[in-house]
Order: sequence, then C-alpha cells, then structure tokens
Amino acid sequence: MEFINVALPKGRLGEKVYAMFEQSGYECPSIKENNRKLIFENAEVGVRYFWVKPSDVAIYVERGAADIGVAGKDILLEYSPDVYELLDLKIGKCRMAVAAKTDFRDNTAETLRVATKFSNIAQKFYNEKCRDIDIIHLNGSIEIAPILGLSDVIVDIVETGKTLYENNLEPKETIVEISARLISNKASFKFKGDKIREIADALGKIVRENND
Amino acid sequence: MLNEKILRNDEKAVYNLRSLYRRFGYSRFKMSKFEEYDLYVRNKDFLISDCIITFTDTNGRLLALKPDVTLSIIKNAKDVKGQVEKLYYNENVYRISGDSHSFKEITQTGLECIGDVSIYDICEVLYLALKSLESIDENYIIDIAHAGLVSALINKCELSGDIRSKVFESIQNKSIDEITSIFQNELMTKFSYDIITRLVSTYKSCDEVINAFGGISEDIDAQLKEFSVICKSLSDMKLTDKVRIDFSIVNDTSYYSGLVFKGYIAGIFTSVLSGGQYDKLMKKMGKNSGAVGFAVYLDALERHGNEKSDYDYDFVILKDETCDSAQIIRTVESLSENGFSVIVLSQLDKNIRYKSLMKLTKNGLEGA
Repeated sequence: MEFINVALPKGRLGEKVYAMFEQSGYECPSIKENNRKLIFENAEVGVRYFWVKPSDVAIYVERGAADIGVAGKDILLEYSPDVYELLDLKIGKCRMAVAAKTDFRDNTAETLRVATKFSNIAQKFYNEKCRDIDIIHLNGSIEIAPILGLSDVIVDIVETGKTLYENNLEPKETIVEISARLISNKASFKFKGDKIREIADALGKIVRENND
Repeated sequence: MLNEKILRNDEKAVYNLRSLYRRFGYSRFKMSKFEEYDLYVRNKDFLISDCIITFTDTNGRLLALKPDVTLSIIKNAKDVKGQVEKLYYNENVYRISGDSHSFKEITQTGLECIGDVSIYDICEVLYLALKSLESIDENYIIDIAHAGLVSALINKCELSGDIRSKVFESIQNKSIDEITSIFQNELMTKFSYDIITRLVSTYKSCDEVINAFGGISEDIDAQLKEFSVICKSLSDMKLTDKVRIDFSIVNDTSYYSGLVFKGYIAGIFTSVLSGGQYDKLMKKMGKNSGAVGFAVYLDALERHGNEKSDYDYDFVILKDETCDSAQIIRTVESLSENGFSVIVLSQLDKNIRYKSLMKLTKNGLEGA
C-alpha cells in the first residue's frame, strides 16, 4: 500500500492539526502513546506522520521527504518554498505586524531600522512602500530591540499583543494575516494526487464545520 | 565497447536522449561557456534566477558564465521564412539552484525548434518530451497547459497590476483560499473569481477544459482551439494516460505564447523537464519567427534509481612479493574481461566489501 507521508509541526499547533487529521478519518492511535518514536503509521488508512520543527515542515515537503505537511503562512511567505498551498486550516491564527514603542514617530528623513526574524517579509513590505530600511536580523526576543535602541521598529508575529503592551510597545500596522496551511510537494501531487486531494477535501470539510 | 554498468543514470540519460533527438532530425548545437552579460540583462525576466556569475574579458567586455542555453540558441538562430531549424544541446549552465540558494553547475539537455513552427512541430516537441521522460523511467507524468489561453482568460478578468501578480502566484500554488480572500476583499468580480478558481483545477480531458472556458470570448475560443488540436494528437497517439492538464504550471505569459509543459518522474521531488512555445521571447529578441523547445535537468537524476550494491568489488586480490607486475595485470585483465570488478592490494582493508577474496602468488590465483 502506498503511504502518504505527513510532516506535522511539533508543539501545540501540531497537536491541533493532528486532531483535525484524526477527525477527518486519518487517525493513527500510536501517535498518542508516550514513547520516543519519531515516525508513526497507520497502514489501514495509508498515512505516516512525523513531528518536525515547525519552521522545517516546508523544507521536508519541498524536498519530497514528506508528501504533505502543515506550515504557517509566515514560513511560506518568508522562505517561498516551491510547494502547492492546498488549504487554509484557519487555526494558529495571528498576524505579522510592525510594532514599536507607543510614543514612536516615524521620521521619513532617516533610514528605518527594522529588527526581525522575518527579513524577507519585512524587506518586501517596505520595498512596496519605497522606504529605505536597515534590516537587523535577530533569532528571538525581538521585542527588546526597540527598547534598547537597537532598532526603531520590529516586524514580528502578534497573537494577543500582550508581550508588546507589557513592554510599552504596540502594534502599529498589520502586514499580513497568518494561519496554518496544508502544503503539498508538487511532484507528489502528480503521483499521489488522488489521495492528497481526498485528504485535503476531508480536512476542508472539518475547517468549514469548525468555522460555521 | 561501452560497459553500461559503469554509467551513472544521468550519463545514461544523455546517451539515450542524444540518440532520440538525432532520430528526429535534430542536430547538435555546441556553444561557448561564456556569453556577453548584456544578453542576459536584456532578458532578465526569462531567466529562472537573475543572479549571474560575471567576469571581465581581456578586452574589458563583461562576460557571464552561461545561466541559460535557450537565449544563446535564439540569438544565433536564422530567421528564414518557411524554414525550421532543429537543434539539441547538452551543456552545463551556472545559476542559483532553487533550494540551496547558492551557485550550482547544472547539466542540462534539451532541444529547440526555431523558425516557421507549425502545429506538427509543436506536437513533435511534446512527443519528444514524453519520450525523453520514458527513456529515463517508465513512471512519469507530464503536465500540459496553454499560456495563450491563461493569458487571454486573465486579461478578460481585468485585474490591476499587483492583484494580477498575486493571482498568478495563487494559481501556481493552487491556493484557492488566497483567491477567495482576494475576492472577499472585493478586489475582483464574481466572474473573474469563477474563471480563476477553475484555472486552479486539474483536468482529465480537453473536453472538460472546453466546457469550463468555451464561449467566453472569440479570443479565448481561438486559444482553446489550438490547445484542443494538440490534445487530440496526444489522444490519437494514445499518450493521454501520461498527460494531465494543469494550468498551475504557467508561470510567465510574457515569454510563453502557446503550449507549456512540465515533466515529473516518480521518486524525484522536483520537475525534471520543462518547456513550451515561446514566440513572445523571439519577438522581444527581434526575431519574426516562432520557437518551441524544452530542457531536461539531468542533475535531478543523479540520485534516481541507483541500485545500492552490497559490494564495492567482485574480487579483492591480495598479491604477495613473489608476483611481478605483468602477471598481476594479466590476472586483472582476465577477470575484468568477464565483467568482474577487481582491486589489487598488498594488505586487506577491513572497510572494503567484496564478494570473494583471492590470493595471487607466482603460482597463480588461489582462494584466500
């Protein structure tokens, strides 16, 4: 039997995603056992799941190690992997935003210093506005950059904005709304397309039910 | 005599493809490794990546290591009415490869049919693309689409500049949700939304495509007609089970004018063949005639279908001090003539995997 390899993002989002797969009929009971296994399969329904770091899902799918996977729109926009984006799962919702100190005034006479993990998204956003920026690439704790004067603004994911407000920062502008997407390797879609479409349709039904 | 066993898959493919293209009257086009940088700057959008390795020639001209073959062939093509030139090539190109974000040398084989291209020439090129994939692996699929048709449909939708490029991106990603969100934000009409969502689907037959897009306008019908002629020839040749109609492969309607196609082989994670009819590029380069062609990316085949052997050598021969060189060479020759692989050592290396271990003394070969 031909398996569909599914890359799931480790963590809370991944558990929600697996629950949706389970609801759609692609359950894999062994995944819930508490052990150190990395790969879980259910031959009856022909799926094989594995957990990977959320930012790596797109790489596994793009390079065909996974036929399908679930990745945030932020990762897809940042790395532009060559994959099909089959479905918006409408979970893991948040937004990519520009944030700054509450008293921040944008001085257009100067180059804007932007601290972010998402260099490509930030670059593209400011290119469209023809704004000259200086990107400061950071890997975490982005919020601290404007407080210490490392940058004027930050571009980051905002869920509730609580961390921002607690640090005297606030979101100033939304760049794009983010949610989890079902992605597929392009070549896998040619050879296992029927099964992949079947899974996408079943998940689509769950998405509609959850959002009605 | 050529021993096929020693050839890698990509090397085997080069031989097979060369003989296939020659059988259909294509002649070899050999080109220089360098080309004037100017050629690529003028046609930057046609290239997969606009990063090019450049250097200054001894006379001060800026040259580039070829990132693409098609542009050089077009530049040198004769533009004679009523004639077609059929060329194939096997060249290395240098460009940034999609997934590694660094420069790579990529081996590319392909063909171009340039001149007064008829519908027969287009069908012949598509047929050769199918046969190229078949010669590499039986388990292949080709996606076909029509850039002229997609272009006519999108024009009919009357989208503004940046929405148009977003829509194109969504079609390529098969992202119906993105298209829906553009529609919900009232950036396109219901009519456009219906057309574009239909473009994202995969179609089993040309009749389905005609049902989906026929009768919208004369311009669209004319493109549909050409596309259905090509599809009919595929079904007449009984090749339709390897072909899917998928409009998500159309990525540039400013160069491609008609048929476009992309080939996949099971077990390889990217497309290995890509091509189409690019009359618009010809026009941009000041030529009056048409052109159709494709490229096969052989680097993708490197890891494909390689059988993993349990042995490094059939025979390991341990020689002792009594043997002379001529005797050793004679022994190796006699074994290798029978198709065995042999290595001669003085001492056994425990990392070497072998089928049989022999000992060579002045008395001859014996089991160790």
